[in-house]
Amino acid sequence: MMISAIVRTAVASLRRDRAALALSFILPVVFFSIFAVIFGGRGGASPKVKLIVVDEDHSRASEQIVKGLQAETTLSIRTRPAAVKGVEQPEYTAASAEAAVKDGDVPLAVIVPKGFGENPISFGPRDPSRPSIQLLKDPSDMIASEMVTGLLQKVGMTSMPDVMAEQGTKNLERYAGALTKEQRERMDAGLKYLREHPDAGSTVMGGNGGQLIPVTARSVVGENHPDMISFYAAAIGVMFLLFTTSGAAGAMLDEAESGTLDRVLSSRVTMTSLMLGKMAFNSLLAFTQLVVMFLWGWAVFKLDFWAHIPGFIVMGVCTAVAVAAFGMLLASTCTTRAQLGALSTLIILVMSSIGGSMFPRFLMPEAMQKAGLLTINAWAIDGFTKIFWRDEPVSHLWPQVGVLLGIAVVLFAVARRLARRWEFA
Amino acid sequence: MPLRVASLVKRFGALTAVDGISLGLRSGECLGWLGPNGAGKSTLIRSIVGRVMPDSGSISVFGAPAGSTAARDVLGWIPQELALYARLTCSENLASFGRYHGLSGAALDQAVSRCLDWATLTDRAGELVKNLSGGMKRRLNMAAGMIHAPKLVLMDEPTVGVDPQSRNNIFEMIEKLRDEGMSIIYTTHYMEEAERLCDRIAIVDHGKVIALGTDAELVANAVGTRSQVIARFAAADDRVASWVAERGGRLVDGAAEFTVERPSEIAGLLDGASKAGFELIDVALHRPNLESVFLHLTGRALRE
Repeated sequence: MMISAIVRTAVASLRRDRAALALSFILPVVFFSIFAVIFGGRGGASPKVKLIVVDEDHSRASEQIVKGLQAETTLSIRTRPAAVKGVEQPEYTAASAEAAVKDGDVPLAVIVPKGFGENPISFGPRDPSRPSIQLLKDPSDMIASEMVTGLLQKVGMTSMPDVMAEQGTKNLERYAGALTKEQRERMDAGLKYLREHPDAGSTVMGGNGGQLIPVTARSVVGENHPDMISFYAAAIGVMFLLFTTSGAAGAMLDEAESGTLDRVLSSRVTMTSLMLGKMAFNSLLAFTQLVVMFLWGWAVFKLDFWAHIPGFIVMGVCTAVAVAAFGMLLASTCTTRAQLGALSTLIILVMSSIGGSMFPRFLMPEAMQKAGLLTINAWAIDGFTKIFWRDEPVSHLWPQVGVLLGIAVVLFAVARRLARRWEFA
Repeated sequence: MPLRVASLVKRFGALTAVDGISLGLRSGECLGWLGPNGAGKSTLIRSIVGRVMPDSGSISVFGAPAGSTAARDVLGWIPQELALYARLTCSENLASFGRYHGLSGAALDQAVSRCLDWATLTDRAGELVKNLSGGMKRRLNMAAGMIHAPKLVLMDEPTVGVDPQSRNNIFEMIEKLRDEGMSIIYTTHYMEEAERLCDRIAIVDHGKVIALGTDAELVANAVGTRSQVIARFAAADDRVASWVAERGGRLVDGAAEFTVERPSEIAGLLDGASKAGFELIDVALHRPNLESVFLHLTGRALRE
């Protein structure tokens, strides 16, 4: 009897607490759906690995490799940059492909070098002087490079059976033959080498022991960075910045409730100057938070902070201003602190998950990667990655700077419009 | 004139909170707005401050329209709510509001110490607001409205929820302002406060001023100057009823009610009752006051 009375009271109370209801039911469902789409491959939209292929060889073997790669459904192959104003661009070269990987346009580029077709299959110990396929990679996408290396072997096996046979015969003649004295010596030498070099796969055979198609992988960005500390500093940082600024902007709601806001607005302070003041404070708070986060990364995780100060300041300021404006908008949308708490948790977690704060966006399906561009997280993380991971100059940050400042202006303008309800009764 | 309100109307949906109010405040005067909760007092105040946009009518503060910078600079507003920053100290609060009014440097420091002194909070200057007693918070709330040395002060029920001792302190603060010649609007639903502090009183009900004048004028005009005498006798039978009627009184709920011009007339009434053999239980004299005026004008008690 008493238990049911307590349950009834709690149910009645929960029914009227919309914020708690939203957090209890909507947030888990939304979150579950996002994870399901990302990792469950819903709609068959698992992400294709974007790949640039440069054929410098133009041999029969290299063309077969390119064709074979193009036939792979898990790859999205580019051989030339997207047309500019309808004008087709020239094909990628090794240099322009490397630049594209460095810029983060694609995680990988495959260069089939001149002379590759003369000896495309390698049985036995590899001859370092033989041209091998170059795999230029951005190690932030660890899965893509492993996948493409494997696919190259598969393509080699399936796309050029004639080359395989020819090469096999050559090698048979070369290594087996009638097993003359010379052949025996060669075989012995090869076996001896493999016995003496158990890790020969990684040192001589190009990263994957026993590769038929010789592949040499090389990281073209992030060589100086042992791991992705900068990515996590930015990714986690932005998410918490959003929480911090939403909370700080919520002070407006407290002030409105206590009557302090009324008193302030009866002085010389106008609503616009009040909101700009709050926005300046929240931006400063967010920027300081980023500084602390990156300094901690430098002190504890060897993040190369001091070499990237100008880029950090540019991205830090733009990110801080954008998240501050986001907080102002949330605060002026909500009427109570409880509402703000629920709404901000909902929006920030959703933005952080699709915007790349929880896992890298390149792991997501194409559509979700595009949706991520609607979030502050994605642009901020991209900007910080450009500086700390790709070592790009500050001038390359213009898209991120433009979008983040644009977001800030638009969100602030909407927040200002909504704040009119506080201005006059 | 410090304040002139002309034909002011403010509606919130179907509710007309201020219904055509016109009045003026004389220089150095303390004008009380007396009315029950929901009479429209706060809406009127907020209209003057510029926080409520009236539907029609006009307000001028020392000749400037309400809400203009000129009006804000000469207007001090003490809201009903404790509109303070709880996590700041007393002096930090005063300094913040001072800066919002454009004060800085030595002028700001002087204003802060003047207001702390007026609110007798100088020894609590460094105390966080959240640690102050209710009365101290009220006094600081008043001080924050005076930080920019306004020429007209609007006080919206500044004694709400305050104990009698603190209320006295607040009265002393207001009386000090009056002595200095400050023009004051004072809203309250406590008749005693209006009687004690105000030169003139406007009785407000349902968004209208239903009477305006000094305390004495309001009473004389509405209910006259006769006092009410209520006497209870051990018996309340027909004999008592006819005796009461003979002397111009009436029997209400077993009590005899008379009106007298002077208190000395009570002696004659009681003497007559004694001679008639009625045993007196108690007797009370009610002088007409603002409560009687309000009851007379609206048919309701002030705090119903």
